[in-house]
Amino acid sequence: MESVLSIGGLGKSFSGQQILQDFDLEVKASEFITLLGPSGCGKTTLLRIIAGFEKPDTGTILLDGKNLLSLPAEKRKLNTVFQSYALFPHLTVFNNVAFGLKIKKINGRELETRVNQALEQVKMNDFSARYPHQLSGGQQQRVAMARAIVNRPRILLLDEPLSALDARLRREMQLELKKLQRELGISFIFVTHDQEEALSMSDRILVMQEGRIAQLGTPRQVYEEPENLYVARFIGDINFFPGKISTVSDSGQVEVTIFGRQITAHTQRQFQPDDKVVLLLRPEDLRLYEHPPKEIKTFAGSIVERSYRGSTLDTLVRLDDGPLLTACEFFDEDDPDFDYSVGERVYVSWVKGWEVVLPDEN
Amino acid sequence: MNILRLFYFAGIFFYLYLPISVLVVNAFNLNKYGMKWGGFTFKWFTAMLGNHSLMEAARHSVVIAVCAASLATMIGALAAIGLNRYRFFGRKVIQGTSMTLMMAPDIILAIAFLVLFVTLGIGLGFWSLLFSHITFCLPFAIMTITGRLQDFDPNILDAARDLGASEKNILARVILPMMRPALISSWLLAFTLSLDDVIISSFVTGPSYDVLPLKIFSMVKVGVKPEVNALAALLVLLSLALVIVSQLMLKEKKNHENTI
Repeated sequence: MESVLSIGGLGKSFSGQQILQDFDLEVKASEFITLLGPSGCGKTTLLRIIAGFEKPDTGTILLDGKNLLSLPAEKRKLNTVFQSYALFPHLTVFNNVAFGLKIKKINGRELETRVNQALEQVKMNDFSARYPHQLSGGQQQRVAMARAIVNRPRILLLDEPLSALDARLRREMQLELKKLQRELGISFIFVTHDQEEALSMSDRILVMQEGRIAQLGTPRQVYEEPENLYVARFIGDINFFPGKISTVSDSGQVEVTIFGRQITAHTQRQFQPDDKVVLLLRPEDLRLYEHPPKEIKTFAGSIVERSYRGSTLDTLVRLDDGPLLTACEFFDEDDPDFDYSVGERVYVSWVKGWEVVLPDEN
Repeated sequence: MNILRLFYFAGIFFYLYLPISVLVVNAFNLNKYGMKWGGFTFKWFTAMLGNHSLMEAARHSVVIAVCAASLATMIGALAAIGLNRYRFFGRKVIQGTSMTLMMAPDIILAIAFLVLFVTLGIGLGFWSLLFSHITFCLPFAIMTITGRLQDFDPNILDAARDLGASEKNILARVILPMMRPALISSWLLAFTLSLDDVIISSFVTGPSYDVLPLKIFSMVKVGVKPEVNALAALLVLLSLALVIVSQLMLKEKKNHENTI
């Protein structure tokens, strides 16, 4: 797919602190890409550089193949939705949305049609005569969206637009935002620190760590095949099994020694014998047994905590070897009484082949 | 308990407004010396209107106050925008000195103005009065408007740029309309400051341009004339109107702030 925005070698520092370092990114046409990372990782700075509110120290940005950095913010065919919405308090909803068009000298029928169409897309046409202070947070959010999309930008930039909303409304807006993006067919660059939001909405997720790309991939890749421990820790819950490579075979299989036991693991990565590694397993990949099964190797431990979550049962298991694990099991229709008691002995294993092997960075 | 509270409030209002009410009552008192009630009359209002020098001083005062308030608000608005939006050499110095001017005793300012005008050879009259009134109103204007600008979400200006607005457009379509309540309060503040200034005015105006507070001051040196009471009653009414207007403005300001 063709790329709309190409970022190359971007660098930015504020008062001696490097915020972005040698940053490259291609944003494809009509894709929903999320910049995900903790606060201070440079994601908002990146967005502000693309929008034109900050100047990078080094690097290039091309929009449709043309240099973007030589244009001031007001001349870029991009629009931003701000975290604080930043609606004009002295203008009605209609005039807030009409602002950009009026600047471009679009008046009369066309102005009215386009503003009303944008308000319809965010389901706010009944509120066009209201002032921002007469609207709820969610409604202001919709107006901010309409105000941006009415200008038909090539790319819409969204800076944590949902973070001020309560959980239920946020969930609702996530679905609507995704739907809107599909309808408009333009690229969205969405900044968030909420990993669930990123997983549920994005075509691709860019996990950022201290101004660099920690991983760029589909939500599935980022969740199921994290490329480093930072990404693994940042997205979702995860369990760590520290070990050491004992033998390496050609067929993508390694033998790992974990707490004195030999485990066969699958990996595409290259390892040498004696490399220190970590096996990563998601809570839902773990299996707990009440009695040690004969044919698989398990780690013994006891239940520390159990919590009922409706569709799943989450447990905390302390292994006899030390680590604390989180497991998440679905209820089994054949076993309605399925449950554990605190202190109960269990034997932990996992679905073969679902482990991720990464070099131990410590 | 309720009765106690009622007495308390009555006491406060009595204490605050007794002097003014004596004055207002005397404006309608037929008894010239105001020591006791001699009957109701509008005579003093007629006398006031017939007192040409008093009327002229009142007109002068209003002209100076309107000019000084308008110019101080205009200059103050530009200064506040500049101080708030741009970072330049000497910014902190300007902010600091404008505060100093506000704290400086009037008598010091008055002497400073006098010395300045004499040195520059500017005759004491309309212009000297106007210049000095703009100067002492300016810090108040800057402070009022800066306060309002600091309440703005800075993202609003970024949003305007993002939507294609040039600096000129941002000023005309966003900053000025959003500042409107502050501009009005600043104007009203400067207007009242100018209207009731005695000390500075007494130093920087000459006999050719008498203003109201000075005129009243000189009239009461030989006892309070009843037409002064009448004038004062009118001024009380005017202040009341201004207070109501500025309260309404403040209410509008509050409404806007809720959105930010």
